[in-house]
Amino acid sequence: MVAPKSQHSSLNFGQRISLGVSDIVGITYRNLIHMVRTPQLLVFSGIQPIMFVLLFRYVFGGAIATPGGNYVDYLLPGIFIQTSLFGGASTAVGLSEDLKGGIIDRFRALPMSRSAVLAGRTIADLARNILVVVLMLLVGFLVGFRFHGSAAQNIVGMVLVVAFGYAFSWVFAAVGLMVKDPETAQIAGFLPIFPLVFASSAFVPVKTMPIWLQDFANVQPVSVTIDAVRDLVTGVPVGSWLWQSGLWTLGILVVFIPLAVYRYRHI
Amino acid sequence: MAEAVIEVDGIEKSYKTNRALAGVSLRVERATVLGLLGPNGAGKTTLVRILSTLLKPDAGRATVAGYDVVEDAEAIRSIIGLAGQYAAVDELLTGRENLELVGRLYHLSRIERRNRAEEVLERFSLTNAGDRPVKTYSGGMRRRLDLGASLVGRPEVLILDEPTTGLDPRTRIELWQYIEALVRDGTTLLLTTQYLEEADRLAHRIAVIDGGKVIAEGTGDELKTQLGGAVLEVVVADSRKLKEAARWLERLGEGRIRLDETRRLVTVGTEGGARVVVEAGQLLVEAGIEIDDIGVRRPSLDDVFLSLTGHAAGDGSETEENPKQGGTRHGRA
Repeated sequence: MVAPKSQHSSLNFGQRISLGVSDIVGITYRNLIHMVRTPQLLVFSGIQPIMFVLLFRYVFGGAIATPGGNYVDYLLPGIFIQTSLFGGASTAVGLSEDLKGGIIDRFRALPMSRSAVLAGRTIADLARNILVVVLMLLVGFLVGFRFHGSAAQNIVGMVLVVAFGYAFSWVFAAVGLMVKDPETAQIAGFLPIFPLVFASSAFVPVKTMPIWLQDFANVQPVSVTIDAVRDLVTGVPVGSWLWQSGLWTLGILVVFIPLAVYRYRHI
Repeated sequence: MAEAVIEVDGIEKSYKTNRALAGVSLRVERATVLGLLGPNGAGKTTLVRILSTLLKPDAGRATVAGYDVVEDAEAIRSIIGLAGQYAAVDELLTGRENLELVGRLYHLSRIERRNRAEEVLERFSLTNAGDRPVKTYSGGMRRRLDLGASLVGRPEVLILDEPTTGLDPRTRIELWQYIEALVRDGTTLLLTTQYLEEADRLAHRIAVIDGGKVIAEGTGDELKTQLGGAVLEVVVADSRKLKEAARWLERLGEGRIRLDETRRLVTVGTEGGARVVVEAGQLLVEAGIEIDDIGVRRPSLDDVFLSLTGHAAGDGSETEENPKQGGTRHGRA
């Protein structure tokens, strides 16, 4: 029998893109509905970073000496990035839940774009991440944080925060597709996050660490990005951090988008 | 021969050490139902995953509506509907949202997908539940929605992987009625099942699969005939005499002989008729073996399965008199 109609092979590039975008919109919408219908999850994903703010601002803060002396302005950029990264980790959990539930099988047997499930997931997670970062900003203001940069600097700083988190959610997408189990994904997701966030300039100046750790803490992407954001929002002329962190963000996307899509195709 | 919509030719697939499919060939003709019958681990799901382009075969060739499952995977996805072993619907979305999402991913227009969702809800008696989140649905409603979701794109070919596994008998019969309606509409359907009654009731042709191979194929009646026209069943009074009784009864049989120690039952495929019963009775009385019960009946598909594979359709560990009633025992929803 001769195959009479192939909806896809006859499509040109532009039509494929527009169908792909429609697929991504559909999946994003589905994931956003999930967030709205599981409000507890949303609430708790906000409480954890708030506790970090309070913990470091009021418990540890007094013992940590920072250049300039105003710890709350030092702390909050670190908190923003930490929040953004932890938010990205939920991508791994969400995807592995979909895998386990069998709905990914349904999606993979549909004539939809092969990257839309991942793109829709990361974009929905980005939306939540923005929400949580805005919440952190509000909490930050309550505990004394203030922007000192120009409007442009502040905006670039906050865009960097969410862009960096978005890049990492693709790392977590790959992780979620590899471990295929929500509980494992939760742990596997946090494993790389902890050393990156705590062995960084997020909470304490890197200078206070042992030399061997400083070597790591100074070059790793989380420190670089926090330093860039911190310089921007405190109004200090931002150094090479900015382009370094931009390159990290881009590099992570360039490596992990194809990797995650490859994993998705070969589940 | 009628036009084949699904053609499978020598498909092989192995996972690490496990050979799931060891050269499977079969065909499904247009507007017919093929029941793929086999126990857990027989390779049914692996074949379904290959035909629905979720998995690539190691060797062999398979086409759906003329499209190759490896080379034209994208084309196949737009003409098949797949409903899986567990209901792959979104718990947090409503029934309607689920269907509209699938419609969107089939690239139906907004109006089309809205209408289609409405139609499907109606067809599967879910109109009233359509705007409730799926997590509030019963198991049967979920399966119906899952089945409905596989129809949203008006597929040429429908693939159902164990559509009633884990359902209670009443819900199973209900779902069968929906599937039968699809069959009447002329859907080309590949259905996998571990339940003999399900294959017998829904499928035009049945392929029995075990250990990654098709070990028999035909209509339900053809398969039953393979065993002989009838089945002679003898229950002996003393289980220690079971083997001896079997040796005597072997003379009457054409097909394979089976023993069930726990129920002291010997089953033999025979030509049937009263003569067989009389002869069997005589043989055993002369041998001094007491009988509790003796009779002849039409073979069930379970007899076929047992005689072909040496184990019951469920999982091989048990022999059950009437698996038609015992369908829920391997439930794993």
